[in-house]
Amino acid sequence: MATITPAVDSADHAHDHGHDHGHHEQTFIQKYVFSTDHKVIGIQFLITTILMLMVGGALALAVRWQLAFPWESMPIVGKLFGVFAGEGGQISPEFYTMLFTMHASVMIFLVIIPVLAGAFGNFLIPLQIGADDMAFPILNMLSYWFMWPAIACFGYSFVAGGATAGPANGWTSYPVLSDIASASPASGNAQTWWLFGLTLVGVSSMMGSVNYMTTIINMRAPGMTLFRMPLTIWSMFITAILQAFALPVLTAAGFMLVFDRLGLLLPTSIQSVFFVPAGLIVNNSAPTVGGGQPLLWQHLFWFYSHPAVYIMLLPAMGMVSDMLACTCRKPVFGYKPMVYSMAAIAGLGFIVWGHHMFTSGMNPALGMTFMTSTMMIALPSAIKVFNWIGTIWNGDIQFTGVFLNCAAFVALFIVGGLSGIFMAAVPVDIYFHDTYFIVAHFHYVLFGATLFGVFAAIQFWFPKMFGREMNDGVQKIHFVLTFIGMNGTFFPMHLLGIAGMPRRYADPYLHGYLEHLLPMNKLMTMSAILMGFSQFLLLGNFFYSMFYGRKVGRNPWNANGLEWSAPSPPGHGNFDVPPVCYRGPYEYSSPEAEALGQDFILQTDPPRRAATTEPATA
Amino acid sequence: MNLSTLLIWFLRLLSTGLALYELVVGPLVNSVLADVSLPLLSDQVAGTKWFALIFAVTTWASSEKRFWALFFWYWPLVALWACVIAPGNNWWFPSEPLSRAGHQIDGLFYMILIIVAVTFIGTEFALGYALWKSAVRGKDDKVWFSHGSHRLEIVWTIVPAFILVFISMAQLDVVADIRVLNRFPDEVQSGPVAEVMARQFEWRIRYPKPGTELMTTPQPGDLYYVNELHIAATVPTMVNLRTQDVQHSFFVPRMRVKQDAVPGLIIPIWFDAEKAGEYELLCTELCGWGHYKMKARIIAETPQQVSEYLTGLQADQEEDGVADEE
Ligand code: HEM
Ligand SMILES: [Cu+2]
Ligand SMILES: [Cu+2]
Repeated sequence: MATITPAVDSADHAHDHGHDHGHHEQTFIQKYVFSTDHKVIGIQFLITTILMLMVGGALALAVRWQLAFPWESMPIVGKLFGVFAGEGGQISPEFYTMLFTMHASVMIFLVIIPVLAGAFGNFLIPLQIGADDMAFPILNMLSYWFMWPAIACFGYSFVAGGATAGPANGWTSYPVLSDIASASPASGNAQTWWLFGLTLVGVSSMMGSVNYMTTIINMRAPGMTLFRMPLTIWSMFITAILQAFALPVLTAAGFMLVFDRLGLLLPTSIQSVFFVPAGLIVNNSAPTVGGGQPLLWQHLFWFYSHPAVYIMLLPAMGMVSDMLACTCRKPVFGYKPMVYSMAAIAGLGFIVWGHHMFTSGMNPALGMTFMTSTMMIALPSAIKVFNWIGTIWNGDIQFTGVFLNCAAFVALFIVGGLSGIFMAAVPVDIYFHDTYFIVAHFHYVLFGATLFGVFAAIQFWFPKMFGREMNDGVQKIHFVLTFIGMNGTFFPMHLLGIAGMPRRYADPYLHGYLEHLLPMNKLMTMSAILMGFSQFLLLGNFFYSMFYGRKVGRNPWNANGLEWSAPSPPGHGNFDVPPVCYRGPYEYSSPEAEALGQDFILQTDPPRRAATTEPATA
Repeated sequence: MNLSTLLIWFLRLLSTGLALYELVVGPLVNSVLADVSLPLLSDQVAGTKWFALIFAVTTWASSEKRFWALFFWYWPLVALWACVIAPGNNWWFPSEPLSRAGHQIDGLFYMILIIVAVTFIGTEFALGYALWKSAVRGKDDKVWFSHGSHRLEIVWTIVPAFILVFISMAQLDVVADIRVLNRFPDEVQSGPVAEVMARQFEWRIRYPKPGTELMTTPQPGDLYYVNELHIAATVPTMVNLRTQDVQHSFFVPRMRVKQDAVPGLIIPIWFDAEKAGEYELLCTELCGWGHYKMKARIIAETPQQVSEYLTGLQADQEEDGVADEE
């Protein structure tokens, strides 16, 4: 049985833990389904999110289909499902609205957030800090199993309003549209279920972040000082703090919106109208009493969701730093500046939310303030980019799939960061807001950066998860196809944005000044299809290698982190002896390592006498 | 032969084939055989053949490492090229800015574009160069064992900080001109000429009865029209933006104007049309399934024509006997 209280002396604890467990057998269910082992939970999160990635991708391809071949019947899907028969396989405008809403919701809440914190956070935190498990293993298990009710709610919301119309208010769910059911008549109560799903994802994340903070603060191995922690751990720690402070705001706002939606069905004396102004009537809805403020939602939503975009990036930044150091065989350039810039991003991340509201009608003076803070948040991002390039500089690069995906992370993050500067400038954003320029921006950061980082991380830590390695050649083919598809799909979106094409339009070509953009949209859809289908390479490689990949030992990459001193895969309790940490995680090619005739030195290797002349710095 | 070698061979053959076709075979066939016309990518997008050539040469790089290093140089070139040829292919602003604010906004856009382009080229080039250096390093070269450089950190913190502060300072005046009420141009200080009321999924325009002022509540004698707003060209105009149901957003791309319509608020906005003519008006805040079809137009004409239009509208409305139609 796993302990719920954090061990005071984690080294001793890990020790007797390992012994306990040799003795009693676990059933299959305990071991693989309702497991409290952070590694199993991490892998559960990983497989779930990879599958959700395919779902979200399918939704995206349907969106792309409509933009390239407006109102033409969908291939395959149109015929496959009876529900489209009535519409000749066509995408209706209601359905299109649902598609982009659910694409974003699935990708953000069921893929990106859980794959970073849920999958890699869980798997890596105890291993990299030298703990035997998370501080609260049962809470950890619950954080995974709360994803399923969330997935169920999202799933049910697809069909809650009839088969071809679900939640139709965008992932941002702006009231009044999302507040009054009659404003999107085809969706029924789908939006309410969507909000339940959102809240449950929040519950899951919150359980995760409490756990991560506690574990990182309390359960580090002896010698694992804060500034010897790998940047992955720093990023997970900062992300957990962001979650813990921002999420309650979203949860509260979500409940307010649910109350508004349900309340409108109730007698007026107990209605809530947080986001509906007095006297508003939409499609013959009942008149409201009292008055709320639609802009309040935007403030609350973005107060969470801006920090959330960094929740969707910081862990990838941390992992990429680790992987770059290993694949370039040299220390991370500017370790402390990397830590401080992540902290700065997190801090500034709380005071920039208004940049999503420059055209919302909020006070223009506020707009100027938010513009300045937003510009400043580009600074730590820039510092990180410079340091990554510094890390690669004059290294001995191992051109594996891991490295290529990491390099793509840096290359594409640059684009996303730079497009952010246009949008941070209020006057320019007045033109760009809600056009495809925005869509280009966040796909460069979320797909270009985060997902490429995740592709790298999957391959890098795969041996630790399964004791086998993924096929590097297939990873490279996957990399090339995805990279080309990604740029072919998203780079032209900048140009569409400049051409003034609004986002969330089922048929932009209705407007004369956009008609000539159809061929470009066709090209983008082709690229998207290429990109979408290339993911089967990843999927195939992943599941094939799980069972048939080449077996590898503890440290196939010759890396330094504590996780690489554990067996692959580590057993329950992780380490065979409680690890002790003697140095920082990035001492690749250090004189100390070279004295041993190698270019890496595990954090657990005790210092040798020969090396004491030139002590490694943390 | 392992898979990554196979991949590179595949890319070599593909790109070389493409380059040969675009540069040699295609043009040759088209010029020799009069009745054949092979479709060429270069006819669609200028410059494709040169990129195919560069990429083909890249793929023949002597080692896999060099190929990847070149790969990371190659794609920023393609991206830059796409931007360079974009205006010529009509992948750019729908037109020159046709309003005062539009000129200011475009000016700031181009200023940021230059700064961003220089940064993009610099960082992507440096990244590619770092890869290249490693790809060509000798087997026994030592890696640079370094934990960073204090001086470099300071430089690359202070320099971008100044640039970013400079960019934000450059915006302030323009924001004020566009959004701050008491900085609105003199011509509009006399008040709004019409009310634009958005609703699912159309724009309802309400003009005051000619000779009177616009009131926030409808008055007898007010004139109504849907999806068409007439304004005087060249002079700034102010309208009150409202919504009757959910949120919408008032977007006139050629004037670079955008403002959300928020339930419960009346938001005054000003704009001007530099030239007489038609300007498309559309909605850029998701407002329901018909969001994409909130299509309307603004007609800019002489003040004379505007008042003739309003007189005509008044006549039509009175003739219908529904002067106070909603
Ligand atoms: C260099 C720093 C960045 C700056 C200056 C910046 C700036 C902005 C601005 C001003 C907007 C609002 C534009 C509008 O709607 O008119 C925006 C939107 C967005 N940004 Fe960023 N951003 C930066 C980095 C990031 C990162 C790192 C991520 C994610 C990992 C991200 C994700 C997003 C998303 C998802 C949206 C769109 C949300 C929506 O409307 O659906 N941004 N960004
Ligand atoms: Cu933001
Ligand atoms: Cu709309």
